[in-house]
Amino acid sequence: MNPLHHYLLLSALLFSVGLAGALTRRHAILVLVGIELMLNAANLNFLAFWRFGPNPEALTGVMFVIFAIAVAAAEAAVGLALIISIYRHFRTSNVDEVNRLKG
Amino acid sequence: MSLSFAILSGLTVGAAVAAMCWRNLVHSALCLAVSLVGLALVYLGLGAEFIGWVQILVYVGAVSILIVFAILLTRGAEAPPGRVTFAPWSGLIVALAVFITLAWTVTKSKALVGFAGNSSGDVSLAVKDVGGKLVTEYVLPLQVMGLLLTAALIGAVIIALHERKGRK
Repeated sequence: MNPLHHYLLLSALLFSVGLAGALTRRHAILVLVGIELMLNAANLNFLAFWRFGPNPEALTGVMFVIFAIAVAAAEAAVGLALIISIYRHFRTSNVDEVNRLKG
Repeated sequence: MSLSFAILSGLTVGAAVAAMCWRNLVHSALCLAVSLVGLALVYLGLGAEFIGWVQILVYVGAVSILIVFAILLTRGAEAPPGRVTFAPWSGLIVALAVFITLAWTVTKSKALVGFAGNSSGDVSLAVKDVGGKLVTEYVLPLQVMGLLLTAALIGAVIIALHERKGRK
């Protein structure tokens, strides 16, 4: 069995990759993909702390991950609907060109 | 570090980096699916079988396909004019700083010492236990989650339909 900090380092790496993608890519769908990666990194942290925690019988980490996955699925559905709506409106899915609110 | 964990983490992170770097959006979405499968296998290795299969069902089965459909509907697979934003270096520097901070915290933290005691014990997570907890102790969050999913579904449909309705 691997020690806890290996899982935490994997999670940190995944979070950083997702953050870099969400900050640097232009396409709105890829920004959403980066956000999904960050959410999954958080889920990995929950499961690692559940597995190595003092009483894993309580299943708290598992329950939190189940609800986090459900919320992430809802977020992905609404986010992709927003991207499709923005594409219909602006004829682009480049987040740099959707700047009508810019002062 | 065991060999299987090294392979799985390499697969996960490599596919995530490929998903973020690839120019073709469909390839990016498929790389995301590979990364999520790797993560599901890591969950299985952690002893959380139910979460691993839920991860494959929800993320690989539903969210990845949803992303592919969104790419199809926005014609995004055509080469976008630019690959990254006007200032890619600032984003990369921020991400690198976040990773360095997290890694430094994880390796230096004294709070993690108490978590090492349970590493050898075998934790069995039966789906029956998860189901029992969901309908007894966590029944109210479960109902709220059902309400949230219904609202999100209706909201997604309304948002995606709105423009067409206004154009008629």
